[in-house]
Amino acid sequence: MALQDVCGFIPFCQWNAPLLSSTSLEDTSCLPGRRFRPDPVSRSIWRSNTSSSPLEFYVPVQEYLLENPIEFGQDRPTVNLDWTNLTADDPLYHSSLTDSLRSPIPLSICPTVPLPFSLGHGTTTLGFVFQGGVIAAADSRSSCSGLVACPASQKILPVHSHLVGTTSGTSADCALWKRILARELRLYQLRYRRRLSTAGAAKLLSHMLHPFKGTELCVAATLCGWDGDEFQGGANETSASQSSIVTGTQPTTSHAVKDSTAQPVVASGTTVQPIVKLSKTQLNASNETSIPIMASNLSGPRLFYVCSDGCRLQGELFSVGSGSPYAYSILDGRIQWGLSVDEAISIAREAVYRATYRDAYSGNNVDLYHVTAKGWSRRKREDLKEEYYREKERERMRVEERRTGGKEKKSD
Amino acid sequence: MISAQLRAPQAGTMQPRNAATAAATQHKFSPYAFNGGTVLAVAGEDFALVASDTRLSEGYSIHSRDSPKCYKLTDTTVIGCSGFHGDCLTLTKIIDARLKMYKHANNKSMTSGAIAAMLSTILYGRRFFPYYVYNIIGGLDEEGRGAVYSFDPVGSYQRDSYKAGGSASAMLQPLLDNQIGFKNMENVQQLPLTLEKAVQLVKDVFISAAERDVYTGDALKICIVTKEGIREEVLPLRKD
Repeated sequence: MALQDVCGFIPFCQWNAPLLSSTSLEDTSCLPGRRFRPDPVSRSIWRSNTSSSPLEFYVPVQEYLLENPIEFGQDRPTVNLDWTNLTADDPLYHSSLTDSLRSPIPLSICPTVPLPFSLGHGTTTLGFVFQGGVIAAADSRSSCSGLVACPASQKILPVHSHLVGTTSGTSADCALWKRILARELRLYQLRYRRRLSTAGAAKLLSHMLHPFKGTELCVAATLCGWDGDEFQGGANETSASQSSIVTGTQPTTSHAVKDSTAQPVVASGTTVQPIVKLSKTQLNASNETSIPIMASNLSGPRLFYVCSDGCRLQGELFSVGSGSPYAYSILDGRIQWGLSVDEAISIAREAVYRATYRDAYSGNNVDLYHVTAKGWSRRKREDLKEEYYREKERERMRVEERRTGGKEKKSD
Repeated sequence: MISAQLRAPQAGTMQPRNAATAAATQHKFSPYAFNGGTVLAVAGEDFALVASDTRLSEGYSIHSRDSPKCYKLTDTTVIGCSGFHGDCLTLTKIIDARLKMYKHANNKSMTSGAIAAMLSTILYGRRFFPYYVYNIIGGLDEEGRGAVYSFDPVGSYQRDSYKAGGSASAMLQPLLDNQIGFKNMENVQQLPLTLEKAVQLVKDVFISAAERDVYTGDALKICIVTKEGIREEVLPLRKD
């Protein structure tokens, strides 16, 4: 028993069948959370399912290296509890405490030993939807408790050709989860021969982050994308005029999307999705009257906010980070659907600039991405220091004019 | 946004809130310790430098004056690790093992960019009990140009042209911004960095760091990575 307490070693011969049959740990063993935070006893339970010989000697050395030895000797009431031998009769068996201990999902951490380094927060990112697509803008300062660790970090990461995500929170978490999301979306695209919609990507990200709810993982992302190729198969067979009826905002859907992605569904009509098939039959049957209603719900610019707390919201305007109140004040006053592309870009830029002006944790440069039916395009990164000096110059000129204007009046 | 920043922990002690009970402090085991040290990397047109001091300290003591923090990974890549020495050793062992596995599986050495991406995932795999190491990788990329990749303890990384990490990083980074990046200067001629100038700059910078940072000193080791291979230079620093 001492060995078990020290290094999580569970000899098989002591295995207890009732415990096995009543827990559903083996079902949850495929959760991605397991890779990141393995739990000693649950892993051994899982392993015992697959072993055949009761004399097999298994020492989870690998897991011990990955395990969190901080829990060794901690002042928690159940750390030494030999609950592998719990039977259904034992009152503790049904307690919620042991339930939570049995869970392979990472538990919420209050680190009793504080980490020697701090992971701070501070950023300004924003995204909004308008008639010309989606604009995503962010500053580029990466700070942690007072030190600017990186003045030129990338907070907007493209996920695929028609989806970019802004990131806020721990930069390592955001970078890795974006990478994982990009991988999953690519796999989806290869398996189902169409791009997953922005709503689907948001749901996927939200579900991937859910096992880590309560841990110190911190990701607050806005996914800005253009859904457009769901009707590719349908639009392909119909005329261009019909595809323009499909969505008013993307008159060149089939051609534009064809250029930007290598979609096999473009070539063959047989691999078309059920949704698209429906639209095709509807097109053939009716006179395209029901298409616009369906189409406008399923394609066009989309904006989703996903947070590691579990929040997933669709919207038309989001701003995230410590500088977001300042950005909101600029955006709320000026954003409307009918903006031109240049106006939208300048409003986004102004919002980030104002936020960096007032918020200490935002600054340096502003990055701007514009997502349209053709994909995302990136505006050259702009150093806000120059903007600050230009504004100071403009202010100086205004004061000068006022003074000279006043003098002229006096002289009259 | 985040990176993780260094703050010397009170290795194991917790300060009580009440000043009246200042005599009573609670000691708790901390799995982390801070062993000091500074690492610096600079990337040039066709070379890369990784420099580190060689002092290993803990609290008020110096454990060793000859513990360099640069580790050679491949013929074109050197990594500098500072922070907690135990985690530095384990991390370099893991990286070496993964490099060997890659070499046997793919019959070629890993490139600097690939090593950086791999290190990011290794570090993130311990997201909830991180390696307390500040890594900087310096090497040549596939085209022969210098590359520097800087990491935070949980795996966030990016490619830079110069970076300082470790205990004196906050002092050195602004100086490098000014001298190598020509930042915050007006009307300055931006000459490309030559190898001799870079080496001299690194030496000057470390001498200054040793003056002001107690955890940096004893000796300086510079690994110079060029297409001919990896060369080392050692320079003594102040020992007090």
